[in-house]
Amino acid sequence: GEDVGRKLLRMELPVDGNYLLTCGSDKTLRLWSVGRGTLLKTYTGHGYEVLDADGSYDNSQLCSCSSDKTVILWDVATGQVTRKLRGHAGKVNCVRFNEEASVILSGSIDGSVRCWDTRSRKMEPIQILDEARDGISSLKVSEHELLSGSVDGRVRRYDLRMGQLHVDFINSPITCVCFSQDGQCTLTSSLDSSVRLLDKNTGEMLGEYVGHQNKSYKLDCCLSNKDTHVLSCSEDGHVYYWDLVEGSISLKLPVGKGVVQSLSFHPTEPCLLTAMEGSVQVWGAVPEVKEEAAD
Amino acid sequence: MHICGLREVILQVLAVLLLFLQHKGGGSGPAAGASMLWKLSKRPLPIQEQTVKDEKGRYMRFHGAFTGGFSAGYFNTVGSKEGWAPSTFVSSRQQKAEWQGSRPEDFMDEEDFSEHGIAPHEITTTDDFVSRRRNPISEKAQAISSMQASFPADRLLDFLVPARTSIGVELLKKMGWKEGQGLGPRVRKRPKAETRTYGCEIPPNSSEESEEEDFHLENVTFAPKDVMPVDFTVKDDVRGLGYQGLDPLQALGGGSEPVHINLFSAESDRTSSLFGGRSAGQQRKRGVAGQAFGVGALEDEDADIYHRDTMSNYDSVLGGEEPGDGLYGWTAPQQYRRSQKDTMKDASYLGKILEGFTLASKAAETKTVFPPPVLPRDFKPVHYFRPVVDSSTVSPQLAKALEMSHGQVSNQPLQQGSRHQLDSSQRRELLGESSIKGSAAAVIVFKLCTSGVAAAKLMAQRAQSRRLLSTESVPSPETEAFTAWNSPTIDISSAFRPFEKNPHKQARYELYISRLKQGEKDALDQSLDPTMTEWERGRERDEFVRAALLYKPRSSCLASRFTRSQHDEDDPDSVEVTRDQENNVDDKQSAVGMKMFGKLTRDTFEWHPDKLLCKRFNIPDPYPSSGIVGMPKVKKDKFSVFNFLTVTDTILEEKSVSSTSTSQGRSLPSQAFLRLRNKHIKFWKSH
Repeated sequence: GEDVGRKLLRMELPVDGNYLLTCGSDKTLRLWSVGRGTLLKTYTGHGYEVLDADGSYDNSQLCSCSSDKTVILWDVATGQVTRKLRGHAGKVNCVRFNEEASVILSGSIDGSVRCWDTRSRKMEPIQILDEARDGISSLKVSEHELLSGSVDGRVRRYDLRMGQLHVDFINSPITCVCFSQDGQCTLTSSLDSSVRLLDKNTGEMLGEYVGHQNKSYKLDCCLSNKDTHVLSCSEDGHVYYWDLVEGSISLKLPVGKGVVQSLSFHPTEPCLLTAMEGSVQVWGAVPEVKEEAAD
Repeated sequence: MHICGLREVILQVLAVLLLFLQHKGGGSGPAAGASMLWKLSKRPLPIQEQTVKDEKGRYMRFHGAFTGGFSAGYFNTVGSKEGWAPSTFVSSRQQKAEWQGSRPEDFMDEEDFSEHGIAPHEITTTDDFVSRRRNPISEKAQAISSMQASFPADRLLDFLVPARTSIGVELLKKMGWKEGQGLGPRVRKRPKAETRTYGCEIPPNSSEESEEEDFHLENVTFAPKDVMPVDFTVKDDVRGLGYQGLDPLQALGGGSEPVHINLFSAESDRTSSLFGGRSAGQQRKRGVAGQAFGVGALEDEDADIYHRDTMSNYDSVLGGEEPGDGLYGWTAPQQYRRSQKDTMKDASYLGKILEGFTLASKAAETKTVFPPPVLPRDFKPVHYFRPVVDSSTVSPQLAKALEMSHGQVSNQPLQQGSRHQLDSSQRRELLGESSIKGSAAAVIVFKLCTSGVAAAKLMAQRAQSRRLLSTESVPSPETEAFTAWNSPTIDISSAFRPFEKNPHKQARYELYISRLKQGEKDALDQSLDPTMTEWERGRERDEFVRAALLYKPRSSCLASRFTRSQHDEDDPDSVEVTRDQENNVDDKQSAVGMKMFGKLTRDTFEWHPDKLLCKRFNIPDPYPSSGIVGMPKVKKDKFSVFNFLTVTDTILEEKSVSSTSTSQGRSLPSQAFLRLRNKHIKFWKSH
């Protein structure tokens, strides 16, 4: 490792799972190869710490957002900044590409979700969704929907196809939202140390998963590749595995001493990546293989 | 004896004075003084008193020059150790020495060369590099002096042409011009008219004279008289006209006797001051200038050196010592007074008539004053374009006048083929352009400046002020509204609708406006609702008129740059909110506490995505005809009773039913989900 003091904020596993993106508090974005654990490229250009990143489906473009209120669209091969999108009034917490990588969606602490067009040269967003009353902490995109979780305790799902907005009230600040693989449910984790599975159509709660610790940090949660388990980070240095249907803890993975901030499940294989402090851990199929990739 | 004694006393006094003066120092002064005294006393001064000291107190050596002796320098030996040899001496055997001649500078010391000496050394620019400004003055001076001077000395000097004359002067000379002549074609007549003869004049018709004159006239032409150069120097002081000031040279100097200097000479011409005002006699010849030069030690012009200026040389009163004409108020007796007529004239004018002036015989023409035009009582300094007038309704003269002035007379057919006589509206028709929206430019500007509430206030103020002044001359607001809206180019649909909330009223208002646009004078009465009471109708009439005045149509060219504000100032109590509001938060919170997610916690709203966003997502636009983006907004009162009411359960149920109905027809849920759901349903059912 070169930069031991660097704090890893987030980690993403883009579509095909071969590459890993890490965003650091050292204002850089790094691209790693998962298989070999080697650093492929560093992208510098942000003014403040990078908070989130996403890759396009063909791995040709990256988007990242930062505390400097900008969203940057990168060209992967050259490492150049293709576009620097300004407009948010506060730090941008989350950023996502849509399916075809034609729109970048970014959610910020100013309570707005901005949709930026990557195809045209316009510097203004296509649309601004500012229904939230507090900052946006998490954002996910599917084919025709936007899912945003806000600190005002509401999950908002914008259905583009139907032209509707569905608001689910959770009553505590939301730290992470994600879609299930089949697209029927949404998983939300909130600061009352609980992860909830909600039905997309009715808003009913299908499952609640407790036992971990999430009181102050923005921790990630996700579903396993076949929707069998619910995973979440925890402030006590573990990763919790729950059975989706039962709701019971099936595994408590000790990662380290500090806070496990980010985790990402491989889209197709049973492989998990976790980020803690300044390192990323790659976990193979259920806890047999354990590799460390220090950076 | 007695006389000798007195003389001796005087001499003693003089000697003391001399010693005193000697003690004080000074170079030539005491020396001269001593010699002066010596002259007075006629007794030889002993050798020991025949001393001269220069400014530094050194004894000056004259080497026996004044005492008949000669003692050469260098410790009383000659020149150098080897003997005295003149510096200019060159042995004539080998070389010839050049006699350089003795110049006056050879006999001067550094005191003479100093600033206040007789030959001060100063650095001046050579003629090559001297700036041109000085030259014109000297040239002017030369020109004037050459004209004024009568004796030939200066003329002779002109023959000595200086090396530097301008090329123009040289060319002129080549063409036959001489200094002092004027420029232009040669004149036949002798300049005899200039000279005035006082006394007897030879009658002009003498035959002898005429012959001579003819003889003269036939053969000789004369150069035109030269023009006296006009002094264009700007007067930049606050002295009187013609003030010359005191000439220091004249005052302190040149003449031997004190000359009375006339400060206010008749010759106040400033041209004479161009070259310093020195008369010809006073001009010093070239050479060393200075006061003491040219005065020998034994000469009599010593008075100059001690020239003392007295104030009696100068005038102290304007116009001489005695003001007036010297009569001291004495007037001639009656018989010698001027004729009666003159006194009559003079009597009409009180006050002393200026010298050289007399009362005019004709009175001056009184200027005719044209008063400004009287404004009509109802005059307004605002220009309104004339409304379109039907040519049939007006008198034929008026119609013709309107036609002539390209007034907007309607139904005007195309003139026979002359495209230059087309009106802009006609041209618009020909070209097939869309009519412009808006009214006259002046009114537009006025409207832009005053908009909305401010305009209303302004209107009210104006109306009030007008009412104070006069009651009848005010053009009624009705006619104002009429003029404002009466134009075929106004588009009603783009105008503001003041009565949105009351659609019937709005409809009537629009009817009124459309009637106004068409030019009907009594549009107001026609568009009122006959079913309303008289009082209501009156009120509505006033409202319509005011609204028509306030919300005048905007010009299209500027309307695109302006838009109505979101925050309507007229309505501070309402605010724009999203149409669909969330349910009560408290209910939701309690539902969450009970973990009863679903109907109680979910809200569904209508949301319009942007068209481009749908395009990018490859999704058909759910609301293709809608222009809104985001959630539809609606104006709501800020403070409403409904804010304080709680939503009842029935409304909630209705809402949730609607939300569930929209989400039908979806894909089948996954296995795990089904199991989960069944589990929940089982749970509920058991309770």
